[in-house]
Amino acid sequence: MQTLDQIVAAAHAAFATAIDADALEQAKARYLGKSGLITEQLKTLGALPPEEKKQRGAEVNQAKTTIETALASRRDELKRAALAARLAEEALDVTLPGRGQTPGGLHPVTRTLERIEELFRSIGFAVADGPEIETDFYNFTALNTPENHPARSMHDTFYLADDSGQPLEDILLRTHTSPIQARYMEAHVAATRHLPTMPEIRVIAPGRVYRVDSDATHSPMFHQVEGLWVGEEVSFADLKGVIADFLRRFFESEDLKVRFRPSFFPFTEPSAEIDVAFMHGALTGRWLEIAGCGMVHPNVLAHVGIDPERYTGFAFGMGPDRLTMLRYGINDLRLFFDGDLRFLRQFS
Amino acid sequence: MKFSESWLRDFVSPTLTGEDLSHLLTMAGLEVEEEQTVAPPFDSVVVARVLEVKKHENADRLNVCQVDIGDGNPRQIVCGAPNVAPGLKVPCALPGAQLPGGLTIREAAVRGVKSAGMLCSARELGISEEASGLMLLPEPLPLGENLRHALDLDDCLRTLKLTPNRADCLSLTGIAREVGALTGAAVQYPEVSPVAVTSSEKREIVLDAPQACPLYTGRVISGVDAKAPTPEWMRRRLERCGVRSISALVDITNYVMLKFGQPLHAFDNARLQGALHVRMGLPDEKLLLLNEQTVAIDPDVLVIADEQKPLALAGIMGGEESGITLETSELFLESAFFSPAAVAGRARRYDFVSDASHRFERGVDFAGAERALEGATALILEICGGNAGPVSIAQAELPTRSPVRLRAARAARVLGTALAGEEIATLFTRLALPFVREGKDADFIVTPPSWRFDLEREEDLIEELARLHGYENIPVRPPRAALSMMPQPEAERPLHHLRQRLVNAGYQEVVNFAFVEAAWEADFAANAAPLKLANPIAAQMSVMRSTLIGGLVANLATNLKRQQSRVRLFETGRCFLRKNPSGSVAETGDAFSRIEQPWSLAGIAYGDAFPEQWGHGARRVDFFDVKGDLESLCAPFVLQSEETRHAALHPGRAASLNLHGRWIGVLGELHPKWVQKYELPAPPVLFELDLSALMRGSVPVHSEISRFPLVIRDLAFEVDHDIEWQDLLGALEKGSPPWVREIRLFDLYTGEGIAKGKKSLAIRIVMQDTQRTLQDAEVADLINNLVRCLETGFGVRLRA
Repeated sequence: MQTLDQIVAAAHAAFATAIDADALEQAKARYLGKSGLITEQLKTLGALPPEEKKQRGAEVNQAKTTIETALASRRDELKRAALAARLAEEALDVTLPGRGQTPGGLHPVTRTLERIEELFRSIGFAVADGPEIETDFYNFTALNTPENHPARSMHDTFYLADDSGQPLEDILLRTHTSPIQARYMEAHVAATRHLPTMPEIRVIAPGRVYRVDSDATHSPMFHQVEGLWVGEEVSFADLKGVIADFLRRFFESEDLKVRFRPSFFPFTEPSAEIDVAFMHGALTGRWLEIAGCGMVHPNVLAHVGIDPERYTGFAFGMGPDRLTMLRYGINDLRLFFDGDLRFLRQFS
Repeated sequence: MKFSESWLRDFVSPTLTGEDLSHLLTMAGLEVEEEQTVAPPFDSVVVARVLEVKKHENADRLNVCQVDIGDGNPRQIVCGAPNVAPGLKVPCALPGAQLPGGLTIREAAVRGVKSAGMLCSARELGISEEASGLMLLPEPLPLGENLRHALDLDDCLRTLKLTPNRADCLSLTGIAREVGALTGAAVQYPEVSPVAVTSSEKREIVLDAPQACPLYTGRVISGVDAKAPTPEWMRRRLERCGVRSISALVDITNYVMLKFGQPLHAFDNARLQGALHVRMGLPDEKLLLLNEQTVAIDPDVLVIADEQKPLALAGIMGGEESGITLETSELFLESAFFSPAAVAGRARRYDFVSDASHRFERGVDFAGAERALEGATALILEICGGNAGPVSIAQAELPTRSPVRLRAARAARVLGTALAGEEIATLFTRLALPFVREGKDADFIVTPPSWRFDLEREEDLIEELARLHGYENIPVRPPRAALSMMPQPEAERPLHHLRQRLVNAGYQEVVNFAFVEAAWEADFAANAAPLKLANPIAAQMSVMRSTLIGGLVANLATNLKRQQSRVRLFETGRCFLRKNPSGSVAETGDAFSRIEQPWSLAGIAYGDAFPEQWGHGARRVDFFDVKGDLESLCAPFVLQSEETRHAALHPGRAASLNLHGRWIGVLGELHPKWVQKYELPAPPVLFELDLSALMRGSVPVHSEISRFPLVIRDLAFEVDHDIEWQDLLGALEKGSPPWVREIRLFDLYTGEGIAKGKKSLAIRIVMQDTQRTLQDAEVADLINNLVRCLETGFGVRLRA
C-alpha cells in the first residue's frame, strides 16, 4: 500500500501530465473522486483507534488539501494556456489596409475660396452672391462705365442672343464680380434707410465670371472675389492694411512683399494694382500681379443712394484661380476646368 | 505704347539707370510691360568696308576678303555670305569678340587661309531675323566705330501698358512730360515754327458737326516726291517704337503722331472734289477703308467727306480711294481734334482698332493740332520737297476745362494720410497743373490742361497727388471697425457642409464651363431652346447650361480615356433657363427678369461601388448606392422618391426626389441611348438637386426619451413586382398610431421560391410608447390591421 506522501507525489505527477481539462478531471477522480485514493484513505479512518484516528485524520486532510491546491493551480495553468492558444489563433495581420469608401475632395479653387471666406469672416465680412447673367446696367453703367467708355474694351464681353442669334445689348455674362457691389449696396441702403447712420458695409462676393478670351493663361470662365468696405472713416490706408494682412495670412508668409501701384478702373479712384513678391520658393523676388483695388468712385456710391461726402469706401477684386496657382505651384490655368481626376485628387 | 529710351532722352534726361526708370514709370501707373535693348549683348564689332573679294581656292562657297576697319591696316577675312562685294559697309567682329549665342571669334585658318575676324549678318548679331547675307550699314558711319555705338544698339525699348485715362502718355513728348513730373528733371519740348508758305493752294473746310469735331486744320502741299526714301534715322525710330516703315509720307505722319500724340491723315489732294465736310454719316453710305474692309457708315459715325462722297472715318481710318500712293504729288494734310464721344466704340463696332482711334477715343490734346501740322509739313518739305499752301483752320467750340476744387482735408480722409498745403502745391506744380488757392482752408482750384481728359473732379486730383506722392508712402493701417457679430442661421445648411458630405462619400468636386454644346441641352434636359450666346468662343460653347449633367458626362468620358476606371464627381453651379420655356427671351419688357439662374448640385458615379479592396467582392455602383449617398446628404431629413421620366435618365430607373414635401431633384441611371452616343462602356448613375432647397434645414427640437420597452415585429410578404415600396410605406404609416416609431425594409428577395412577377419584402416594425408599456393584444391588433390593409390595398400575401 502506498504512503500518503507517495499518493501526493503521484497526484502531482498525474496533474502535471494532464494535457487538457478532461484529462485533469479524470486524474482528479483518481485521487479525490468517490473511490479515489484519498477518499479511500478517509474511509479507513473509522476503523482506527481514537488517538491514531485523530493524527491519521489530520495527515490525510493535509494530503487532500495539498492535492486540491495542486489541482487548482494546474486548472489555472491549463486555462491560461487555452486562452493563449485562442488569442494566438485570433491574431490579425494588422498591417492589412482598412476597408470602405475613400473620400473624394474639393476643387482646389473651392479650397482657396473657403480659405478666403474664412479669413475675411474673421474680420467681420459677410459673404454675398449675385447673378452670373447680368444686365449691362449693373455690369457697367452702375459702375461708372457708360456706353462707349474706353474701359469697356478692357473686357471682352459675352452677350446673350435673342432667338434669331442677334445680340441682346442689355444682357451679358458678368465680366467681373463687381456688379455685386452695386446690388449689395442698393439692398443695404434700402434695409437701413430708417437709421440715422448707415451701418458699415463689409462684404466679399466670390463667383464665376466670363470674358471672351482663351489661351494658356486665360480661360473664358474663371473666378473672382469682390470685396467692399464702406463706412464713415474708410481710407486708402485701411485698404492697404486689409489687403496686406489678407495676403500674408493667405500665403502664410510673414515676409511676403506687397506693393500697390497706380492703375485705372472706372469704379474706383484712386485705383491700384496689387503685386506680391515671395521671399522663398521658385518665384522668389518676382512681382506678381494679384488683384485690382481702389477707393469706391463717388459716382458709384451716389448711384446707389449713398452720400459720397459722408461715406467713403474701398473695393477690391482678386483672382482666386491665380492665388490657387501660386499657393500650390500649379502652372496651367486650364487644369482647373478640365475635370481630370489625376489633377484634382492632389488637393483632397 | 512702345518707345525708345534714347528718343525719350532727347526731351528729358533724368540721371536714372534704365532699371530705375522702369520702376519709376511702373510705380506711377505707367506699367512697363516689356523692356529689352535693341540688340543682345556683344562686343568688339566695328564698322568695316570690304575692299576686295577673291574666291577661296579650297572652297566653292567661301571668299577671301580684304577688309578696312579704319586703322590703315586692311585685314584678311574669309567670308561665306552670298552678298559680299567690294565697297560694302558691313559689321566686322574682331578676334576676341563675343557674339550672341556664345560664339567667340578667333584668328584662325579657314581651309588653309588665315582669317582675322568675321563679317556678320543681322541675325548673327541678334538685331533681326535677317540671315540671308551680310548686314549692310549706312554709308555715313565712320570706319572702325564700335557698332553698338554707331547704331545705338544699347537703346532700351519699353512697352507701356497704359490705362485708358492716360492718353496724354501716348506720345514721346507726353511720356517726357510725365517723367519730368515724376523726377523734377527739366523737359525740352521740341520747338516747332511755321514753315514758309510758298503756294496759294488751299481747300475750304466746313464743320457740319461742330460738337463731334470742333477743330480741323489742314493744308495742301503740292509738288511732293512721294517716292523719296525715308531717312535712316526716322526709319530706325519708327521701328523701335513698333511702327513699320511704309513710305516717306506715311512714315512722317506716324513719326509726328509718335512724337506729339496727334494722329494725322494725308489725302491725295487730286482726288478731292471741292470743300471738305466733317459731318455725320448719311443713310446707306459705304466706304472702302485702307485696310481693304468695306464698312456701312452708321449715322452716329463721323466722316470726312468732300462734296461727292465720304472719304474717311474721322479719327479712325482713311478711305482707300482718297489715300496717298507713291504716285501722289499733291496732298492734303489733316490735323484735327475729334471729340472722344464721337469716336469712342466706333472702331470696335467695325472690329478693328487703329492708332488714331485708340488716341482720339481717349482724348488728344486739342491745343496741339497746329503744332503737329507744322511739324509734319516741315518734315515733308525736307524729305519729299514741295510747296506748302496756307493752313486752313475751321474751329467751333473747343472742350472747356472747368476748374476743379481740391480740399486738403478731403484728400487726407480718402488717402488716410495728410499732405501739407506746400506739398500739394509742389506736386501740382510738377504736374504742370495751374492752380489758385481759395477760401478759409486755402482750397486748391485747379484748371486742368488741354492734354488731360481725366481730371474732372476732386477724386481725380486726389489720385494725381497720391500717384506723385507715391502709393508706397501711404501708410498701411490695420482696419478699425465697430464689432458686431454676424447672423449664423442654424436652420440653414451651409454649402460647404453639403460639399463636405459628398466628399466624404467619395465624390470629387469639378468646375465646368457654364456654356455648353446645344446637343447637351437637347439630350440631357430636352431643352430645344436654350439661352444662346451672341458671340460664343466656339460652337461647342454656344448655349448656357440649364443642367450640370452634360459637363459631368463629358468629365466621365475624358477620365475613362485617361484610364480612371472608378469615377465619382460632383459640381455646384448656376443653371440658366427661361422662366417660361416657350416664350422668347427678347419678347417685351424686361428680358433679364425672365431668366432664372438657380444653383444646382449634381453628381455622377461610375465603376465599382467601393474602391478595389480585399474582403469584399467587387460590384458596380448602382442606383441604390447613390440613393444612399443622397439620403446621407439630406440626413436627418428624409428623402422621398417616386418614379419619374427624365430626358437624361433610363425610364425605368429614374426617380424624382422630394424633401420637406417639396421637389428637390432627380436621380437615375443614364439613358442607354446616351450611354451609347457618349461612348460609355456602362451606364453611370446621376443626380441633380436644387441647391437652395437642399440648404433648408431646421433647428432640432427635443422629444422625450421613452422609459418603456421596445416591441419589435417582423413581417415578410409577397407582392407584385411593380408595387412601389414608397406606396406600401405610405399605407403602413397612415395606418399606424404615433407609438409606431419606425417601419424599416430589411430584405428584398426575388428568385427561387417566389413566383415570377412577385417579390418578397421583409419589414421590421418598431413600437414604443413614451407613457406606458404596450400590451400584447394592442400590438397584435395593430399588426393584423396593417396586414389587412396591405392585403386589400396591394394584394400582398403574408409569408411569415
